[in-house]
Amino acid sequence: MSIHNPQFLNQGEAALVVEFGDSVDPIINAKVLFLEAALNSINLIGLEETTPSYRSLLIYYEPLVLKRTLLIEIIEEILAKLDNPPPLISGRTWTIPCCYDLSLAEDLNEVAQILSLPEEDISSLHTQPKYRVYMYGFAPGWCYLGGLLQDLSLPRRLTPRAPTPEGAVMIGGGLSLIATHPMPTGWYVIGRTPERLFRLDRDPPFLLAPGDTILFEKITLKTFYDLERCVKNGEIIAKMTDFK
Amino acid sequence: MRAELLIHAAGPCVTLQDKGRYGYRRYGVTPAGPMDYPAYAAATQAVNANAAIEISLGGATLSCTGAPLTAAIAGGHFDCRLDGEKLPPACRFMLTPENTLTIRAGEKGSWCYFAISANLDDNKILGSYASHTRSGIGPHRPLTAGDRLLITPNLSSDIELEIIQAPWLSQNKKPIRVLLGPQQDYFSNQNLERLVATQWRIGAQSDRMAYTLEGAALTHLRGHDLISDGATMGAIQIPGSGIPFVLMADCQPTGGYPKIATIIGADLGRIAQYRPGERFHFEVVTLEQALEARQLLCEALSIGASYAKLNSNFSNLDLLSHNLIDGVISASDEITQAK
Repeated sequence: MSIHNPQFLNQGEAALVVEFGDSVDPIINAKVLFLEAALNSINLIGLEETTPSYRSLLIYYEPLVLKRTLLIEIIEEILAKLDNPPPLISGRTWTIPCCYDLSLAEDLNEVAQILSLPEEDISSLHTQPKYRVYMYGFAPGWCYLGGLLQDLSLPRRLTPRAPTPEGAVMIGGGLSLIATHPMPTGWYVIGRTPERLFRLDRDPPFLLAPGDTILFEKITLKTFYDLERCVKNGEIIAKMTDFK
Repeated sequence: MRAELLIHAAGPCVTLQDKGRYGYRRYGVTPAGPMDYPAYAAATQAVNANAAIEISLGGATLSCTGAPLTAAIAGGHFDCRLDGEKLPPACRFMLTPENTLTIRAGEKGSWCYFAISANLDDNKILGSYASHTRSGIGPHRPLTAGDRLLITPNLSSDIELEIIQAPWLSQNKKPIRVLLGPQQDYFSNQNLERLVATQWRIGAQSDRMAYTLEGAALTHLRGHDLISDGATMGAIQIPGSGIPFVLMADCQPTGGYPKIATIIGADLGRIAQYRPGERFHFEVVTLEQALEARQLLCEALSIGASYAKLNSNFSNLDLLSHNLIDGVISASDEITQAK
């Protein structure tokens, strides 16, 4: 058994949850992503698909081909090679333009009121930290970003607000996220990016991967509309630095 | 040779499905795919198709142009009629441009699959034809009256009407089997017992995304807030209200409620076919029992269905269709013999 001491939980007979903890924590998430990358690199027959989340990896497998006990042995072997704490930087770093103009940031006033902060502070607080892409979920291309400053932490709404536009940059529950297509949510919209995280007419359709690092760059309304035109023409405007 | 499938009428939630869009859950993409995979497999295997139209209780009316097609239906016990004449609930037959096929909710079941021996001319989206209505992914939105699907029929000779005899299409009233977890430790033993002791009903608020369950409310030992983690079809989630819901084919790839138990793979199609108001029990099984059931179903599916000709008139039809509802016992016998 490795020092990472994961729990192995069944979600039915064909999905195994490997749980490393029960909090939103970059170290726990790094273990999840390390295990996922290692499993997917060995071309294991019977392993079908993996879904990483903040704190666990859900492994879909065919238990009649790949025995649960063998799968767990392989996982233990992989984890035995992982340092504790694991290396944190596992992905690329992206700079994503975001416009915090009130015409695009419907809930910014409300957030400023709830948090008792001047409106102009919201954008400077939001562009300060580096965010970690923890996981996708909810809908195609919706990824959850950890690293939001405590000053911007507020609970999600009890009842969902009207659907957010594509590219809405939101905060809620101590996290941030960028919306893909319109969905009703409990999060607060504090800005909008002209970038598209998910596009079926682009290869790759998904821009970000779990483990990537995100920086938001404040842009003016004019720049927003200029960049939006570039995006409509198929350009990727987020700037990427690969540390690998 | 080109042909078209015409949709003359379709209730809500009539969608094009294939096995599902796998490999993208890590990016938030739901696989979708059939609600009742074994029934889907019976229809598609019968005509060698790689997709099917999944028909809800709302029913559908279809016809084709351009060429006669070999067609199959399976799943539930829907009322299927070819030019008004009743078809067996699972069968394959010729659909010619002169015919009109009507499929309506019959005596049992929630989903019926209609497959044809043809290739769709649509492009796959992320490797699949499956429709996920909520995210709008798939070559088609839910099918509605007036829709036309362009197809290239496979060369096929005329066939007579044949009944599809597939043991896994049998429906029985045995409990729905579950494996506890992954979050059974969020519940007291009393609540775990209640999961098994309660006679559950499928709630009216049920769709391709989730089936709600009525019958009891379950309470959590330590709150209902869970740090979101991966979620799969069959997982029984307990939200703050205590009213359980079962994640189904269109569920999101992650969820934030404790999952008390998960329905085993072999029983997913069975619960999918239950209608709102239908009553059932859960039974907790061991991993070994779940694997045994999975093995039985997989073997039956790989052996495939058999096809039996029906005499030209349908006089014995009701008798025949009922003879097929023998339950899983006959399925396991057949498999033992085949080994």
